[in-house]
Amino acid sequence: MGKSERLYAKSHEWLLDLGDGTFAVGISDHAQSELGDLVFVNLPEVGDQAVAGEPIADVESVKAVSDIYSPATGTVVAINELLLDTPEALNENALENYLFKLSDVTERSELMDLAAYEQYVKEEA
Amino acid sequence: MELKTPLYDRHVAAGGKMVPFGGYLLPVQYPTGVIAEHMAVRQNAGLFDVSHMGELLLSGPDALENLNRIFTNDFTNLKDGRVRYTPLCNHQGGVVDDMIVCRFGPDEYYLVVNAANRHKDVAFITEHLTGDVTLTDLSDSTALLALQGPKALDILKAVTDEQHIPMKYYSFKRDVEVAGVNCLLSQTGYTGELGWELYCDPAEVGKLWDALLEAGADYGLLPCGLGARDTLRLEAGMPLYGHEMTDSISPLEAGLDFAVKLKKPDFIGKAALESVHSFNRRRVGLKMTGRGIARENCAVFKDGERVGVTTSGSMMPYLGYAVAMALLDADCTEVGTALEVDVRGRRVACEIVPLPFYTREQE
Repeated sequence: MGKSERLYAKSHEWLLDLGDGTFAVGISDHAQSELGDLVFVNLPEVGDQAVAGEPIADVESVKAVSDIYSPATGTVVAINELLLDTPEALNENALENYLFKLSDVTERSELMDLAAYEQYVKEEA
Repeated sequence: MELKTPLYDRHVAAGGKMVPFGGYLLPVQYPTGVIAEHMAVRQNAGLFDVSHMGELLLSGPDALENLNRIFTNDFTNLKDGRVRYTPLCNHQGGVVDDMIVCRFGPDEYYLVVNAANRHKDVAFITEHLTGDVTLTDLSDSTALLALQGPKALDILKAVTDEQHIPMKYYSFKRDVEVAGVNCLLSQTGYTGELGWELYCDPAEVGKLWDALLEAGADYGLLPCGLGARDTLRLEAGMPLYGHEMTDSISPLEAGLDFAVKLKKPDFIGKAALESVHSFNRRRVGLKMTGRGIARENCAVFKDGERVGVTTSGSMMPYLGYAVAMALLDADCTEVGTALEVDVRGRRVACEIVPLPFYTREQE
């Protein structure tokens, strides 16, 4: 079963259906670019309940903190521990480096495909 | 509505991320990013557009008397060509602004003030002037660049006659020709590195900027934004107005005792500074030992009791760990004390460490 496409939230997170009952969550390339050099990532813990549209993690650049809003409601089943020591990996590749994975997803935020998200970013600028 | 410095178009063309600061649109960073810009200043050199800063000229036979009566530092023995740092206090002992003062001559002093405080400073100083003295705001006819870092001297030598470069810290020379531009050249800065600041005509600053970047290309010079300016000054333990100093924080609490001369005759704020209340709090340096980065306005706790608040905080690119400065109860400022900071609802461990966090190696 092939992977589906990433879907994007207005708050610049992405959600990817991994096809095995879990979903990966990350931040968009636009978000990492806007944030600048990332130096700290604060992730949820496995077992935490994520609620669509609610803050669940945060990422920090040298100068600023930014909340990460969960794009879906579900249970955190994995976190990307690599990011705890190398937050700069998000700057290098925001799409390949997920923040955490969710299972038992019930509800999703309003999400856009890549084309709609890119249009949204353009209009927001 | 924000003003643009004469270099605005160059910043935009270079990909600078423009943000409002002190009434001006300035680059917070270029595409290289804050970390690369910070490291360039520590290891090579960086060039900053700080044209937003305010420049005031105090002139007249009574200039010195006014300086000593209005400001906290003592300017009596300041020589021509030398620079002195001073806070300016209100009558309650809080800080109106902090600035550097260059002595042009016995009757002429050049004050360099924070952009956001410029109009407040002019009003406050003017209100307190007495005798034969005039304060002139030269900010709109002055552009300012800061060239900072261990390679700054090499770069400067490539565009100006070496004999005109002021080689002492906190000294300056006027009418120095740099890349064909008439400059006031001072050995000053806000990064903790060797460096110079160049004051010139706004109409000529573009030429100066281009020439310095070109001369610096072989030395690893990067144009740097406000982001790196802030992390560099924090790493070097330097206070920033609006953070470590405000209208309600005294310069003594901010640890600026060296620039407050309580032994000289009366000056604005002296009585308040001499009262016991001016020592209730003290600025300290904190090193984050737990996982997290304290920013400004985070509450600080000792054994569960609130003992103060952070005034600045960030990850430090050169040191490789997060630090903060905080204003703590005066009885809780011993180096080595273990504390906790509330970072958005999480208590993160930290420890009081000596200031500055970073000191450059002197040759």
